[in-house]
Amino acid sequence: MISRARPPVPRRRSVARRRATNVVMIALMALAAVFATLPLILLLIHLLREGASSIDLAFFTQMPKPVGETGGGMANAIVGTLILVSIAASIGLPVGMGAGLYLAEQRGARLATSVRFLSDVLNGMPSIVMGIFAWHFLVRPVGHFSALAGGVALGAMMIPLVTRATEEMVRTVPTALREAALALGYPRWRTSVAIVLRTALPGIVTAALVAIARIAGETAPLLFTAFGNHFWSTSIDQPIASLPHQIYTYAKSPYDDWHRLAWAGALVLIALVLVISLLARFVTRSKHGGVGD
Amino acid sequence: MTDVVTRLKPPPVVQASTREAPHESRPRIVVRNLDALFGTHRAVRDVTIDFPDGQVTAIIGPSGCGKSTLLRCLNRMHETVPLARVNGEVLLDGKDLYARGVNPIEVRRHIGVVFQRPTPFPTMSIRDNVAAGLRAGTRDRPSRKREDEIVEESLRWAGLWEEVRDRLRDSATALSGGQQQRLCIARALATRPSVILLDEPTASLDPLSTQKVEELVHTLRGSVTVIIVTHNMQQAARVSDRTAFMLLGELVETGPTTGLFTTPRDSRTEDYITGRFG
Repeated sequence: MISRARPPVPRRRSVARRRATNVVMIALMALAAVFATLPLILLLIHLLREGASSIDLAFFTQMPKPVGETGGGMANAIVGTLILVSIAASIGLPVGMGAGLYLAEQRGARLATSVRFLSDVLNGMPSIVMGIFAWHFLVRPVGHFSALAGGVALGAMMIPLVTRATEEMVRTVPTALREAALALGYPRWRTSVAIVLRTALPGIVTAALVAIARIAGETAPLLFTAFGNHFWSTSIDQPIASLPHQIYTYAKSPYDDWHRLAWAGALVLIALVLVISLLARFVTRSKHGGVGD
Repeated sequence: MTDVVTRLKPPPVVQASTREAPHESRPRIVVRNLDALFGTHRAVRDVTIDFPDGQVTAIIGPSGCGKSTLLRCLNRMHETVPLARVNGEVLLDGKDLYARGVNPIEVRRHIGVVFQRPTPFPTMSIRDNVAAGLRAGTRDRPSRKREDEIVEESLRWAGLWEEVRDRLRDSATALSGGQQQRLCIARALATRPSVILLDEPTASLDPLSTQKVEELVHTLRGSVTVIIVTHNMQQAARVSDRTAFMLLGELVETGPTTGLFTTPRDSRTEDYITGRFG
């Protein structure tokens, strides 16, 4: 009835207008999508142009050369980053996964509600504040900078990331699965670990890798904790070099040679983060996956 | 509790389709004045019923009548939900499952459950799924070899062995819905429970798979006490020796299946089975 009442000509025009709007909006969104990835693409191109030429075997195996000498590498910073990330992961992963499991299993508990909220606050905390936290408790009392303090600062940053991701992943495990395990006579704790956590594991591993990738490039929390070190050190109670910090130091120096190394370091850091991210995707797709795939 | 297990016979080679009920009717489970509550809501009200040993008892009734909740009280699953409580007695072989000092985890190991939707553990292989119940405890785990035997026996019993014998190491999620449900039945049988609870086990299955599960229930008669909750009255009539009808949390009537369907004593039962409601 209504359609017959309307004259046909404006109707056709409105359809044409909707089609045009549709095309324009899709184009705008596609443009936004391209813009979203543009920074990464430009960054990669620029890094490759500036840094690739400086990457050779020496970059990974040699120590930084004194100012004025050409060559040299960032072996100490690469190893330092690996040590810092290991310390961070050994704190952030167990604490984060445990807390996440607790939040998911006791979702209504008062403690869970406050932990969830605080963990979100912690997640939004500026990273330099994490550095102050580690400095206050681990640098000031001891009297000197250390790899441990840096690792703890990074680990503290990891905790909320891993906690919330674990909680999300554990929540996707169907209740029916939990009940099936309980009905078989699994104690609660074994149900949580052997069935629920195990089923959510691919997703949790992915989240853990993303968290590691995220903290591997942090500089601010390391400024007054790990501090940096121009010499070879693997001791956790001594100041230690790290890639992001070395890049920062070299980039603001006045020497061309150091600038060159800073570019190369940035490229290596980005490559490291990309590899971890790719690894994370690979884990999610694995065959015996649980809810993650 | 352990005496229940040791008394159990190995998987029976039951002659299917002997329709008459096993002569002996000593109750395996006795329920006395059972109330099941969710907070203040009484989902099951003052239910008293016997489940005879080796027989199949069907519980029928409209949605929300409390039949699944009653079933969940029998292996102490009801209390796993927050705010859920149980009053009354459930006796398994004369022992109250709700008595002080009874470990619910022990209870669940001796009473198998199969749920409405198949719940294979997605991270485990077919073999490990069947063996999952054997590994629930930290003690008394069977040897690898014994485990293999039990897995084969249970899968044969559930009628799934021929279909999966060549891919026991594959993920259980690769199976079809009907196969997954029979896998869950095999998993429940692996611990040799004296009682098995089926909570609408065919609700998500196609007719052919439903038929296979019903045949399986038939095979279990005589050696295992089966309690099956079902929406489907035809199914209750096909598989059960006795039927209980529940309405609004109360047990309205219980009796031999043929009797209940042909000459119900209560008018509400008659209304339900003739399709006047529900």
